[in-house]
Amino acid sequence: MLFRRLLTDDRGGRLFLAALGVVTVIVPIANLVMPPDSPLHVSTFTVALLGKFLCYALLAIALDLVWGYAGILSLGHGAFFALGGYAMGMHLMRQIGSRGVYGHPELPDFMVFLNWEKLPWYWHGFDMFWFAMLMVVLVPGALAFVFGWLAFRSRVKGVYFSIITQAMTYALMLAFFRNEMGFGGNNGLTDFKDLLGASLQAPSTRVALFVVSAIALAGGYLVCRYIVTSRLGRVLTAIRDSEDRVRFVGFKVEHYKVWVFTVSAMLAGLAGALYVPQVGIINPTEFQPLNSIELVVWVAVGGRGTLYGAALGALAVNYAKSVLTVEFPDAWLFALGALFVIVTLLLPSGVSDAAAAIKRLLARRLRHA
Amino acid sequence: MRETTVTAEPAIGTETASTPIFDPVLGTPDIGQGWILYLDGITVSFDGFKALDGLSLYVDAGELRCVIGPNGAGKTTMMDVITGKTRPDSGVAYFGRRIDLLKLDEPEIASLGIGRKFQKPTVFSGHTVLENLELAGAPRKGVWHALRARMSGEERDRIDEALAIVGLAQHAHRPAGQLSHGQKQWLEIAMLLVQRPQLLLIDEPVAGMTRQETEMTAELLTSLAGKHSVVVVEHDMDFVRSIARKVTVLHEGRVLAEGRMEDIQNDPRVVEVYLGE
Repeated sequence: MLFRRLLTDDRGGRLFLAALGVVTVIVPIANLVMPPDSPLHVSTFTVALLGKFLCYALLAIALDLVWGYAGILSLGHGAFFALGGYAMGMHLMRQIGSRGVYGHPELPDFMVFLNWEKLPWYWHGFDMFWFAMLMVVLVPGALAFVFGWLAFRSRVKGVYFSIITQAMTYALMLAFFRNEMGFGGNNGLTDFKDLLGASLQAPSTRVALFVVSAIALAGGYLVCRYIVTSRLGRVLTAIRDSEDRVRFVGFKVEHYKVWVFTVSAMLAGLAGALYVPQVGIINPTEFQPLNSIELVVWVAVGGRGTLYGAALGALAVNYAKSVLTVEFPDAWLFALGALFVIVTLLLPSGVSDAAAAIKRLLARRLRHA
Repeated sequence: MRETTVTAEPAIGTETASTPIFDPVLGTPDIGQGWILYLDGITVSFDGFKALDGLSLYVDAGELRCVIGPNGAGKTTMMDVITGKTRPDSGVAYFGRRIDLLKLDEPEIASLGIGRKFQKPTVFSGHTVLENLELAGAPRKGVWHALRARMSGEERDRIDEALAIVGLAQHAHRPAGQLSHGQKQWLEIAMLLVQRPQLLLIDEPVAGMTRQETEMTAELLTSLAGKHSVVVVEHDMDFVRSIARKVTVLHEGRVLAEGRMEDIQNDPRVVEVYLGE
């Protein structure tokens, strides 16, 4: 019943979820069951890479929810992703225990190196998995709530809002670079050993993280579908199309914006938390403004306001990036810029609308012929 | 457009005037003095320019009032003050006898029963006509409620009624963005109606309409008066002549003249600033 509402008018979404399901089944088999010399074998490196892409796709969906539906262009969503990542990183650091280089039973290596005597108060509790998982969503959510409340209440919108979100992520980057903050300074958090008792180096753990990322992506997709197909979702698109009218119809626009911004930040935090154990490090460069801008490009390329388009955009652009940065390391930024320009000019609704765009083009050709 | 009998709408200005919208927090407007809207000495200045200069306007319950005036006379600013978009520097604004409009924001004023139609038709172009009305007519407007809300039979009835009044019933499932200019204007009026407003503020309803559309709009607005109080701001003098009972002329942020259309037309001051053009 619920699934019918979520997916009936969503052919793209059904295809997306089906493809995701197939990949989630095939990749673990190809990695764990197929012998390494088989042509069907998928290396553990590839599994981790795909897992990373799935996290990016979840992040892209989170951005599409606020940008594509509510019309709020956040250029700082990478910050929420990074905060979720740091919360997970803190848990992984506490899991190292006395296996660090300095062998301290409680303090992470970088704290011993800085001659710290005891754990800062905000590191307490992160040794517990459930607490860390709670922080993964609560910390980004709380920041988004406070930031959103201040900005939306003052009716900051459009490009002004985008700029202050850039400033937010930039400020966080500078703060996290400082050793005094207690998050490992520019080295960040790394040298993770295990998660829930499973070694992070083991292929089976990699596969498990990949599968969990895929489930999180599918779950995040369905949560966002639930939101956008509800009356709340219709209010959000109404705000995007005519904010004043929504206000004069009696809705508190600020409440809706804060709500969706917070939910989106929590999803981004979850994506970050799944990303960190798969890449093995989290450091302040995750906060850099460029990351958030790249994220906007993924969503624009995939097509905003469709959710699955955003996820596909993230997958496609990151695949292109990992190929291009190996083949032509200097060309990537130009390619990214060109991609953004081309999509904005030719495919305003992104690649997910490409079929329709091609049809329009052909129709025009036929008419002229 | 043709249907002028509306039963579910609370009638104001009649014996049943005490039935309209009740807001648990803000209370029901008390229209004991007969006024639905009471503006007195409203002054608004932008960078030293006085958009409104001691404006006073009293609108009776159930009345259809036309407000005219040359560009810059302060008509839109007046609407902004009433709906909470602009805060005046001085003056008082009451809805009924007790509700101080100057203490409320736009959504609060809207849920009290003051509906506003903008000069440019503003509808939610990506939504269907029905969805536009669903949002406008939603009885509860909170975020968490909206996440789980379903349209109730009562809401649907009210929407169908509004669709019939403005003549858009056969367009219910079309995206609002595909409607003609006139149809958008009517949809916007229907969006006000499903909110059960007591006071409708309508800014230039016939701008850009064809003659036939203008006539239909005139008929619509006159049919609404009595059940609702209606304030229409309009430039089109023929249109005003066709619907007006009482006209207020604004000039430089003040009321220049007020009265029946025939008297207004012959007032030399009015002729000088406006009608003589």
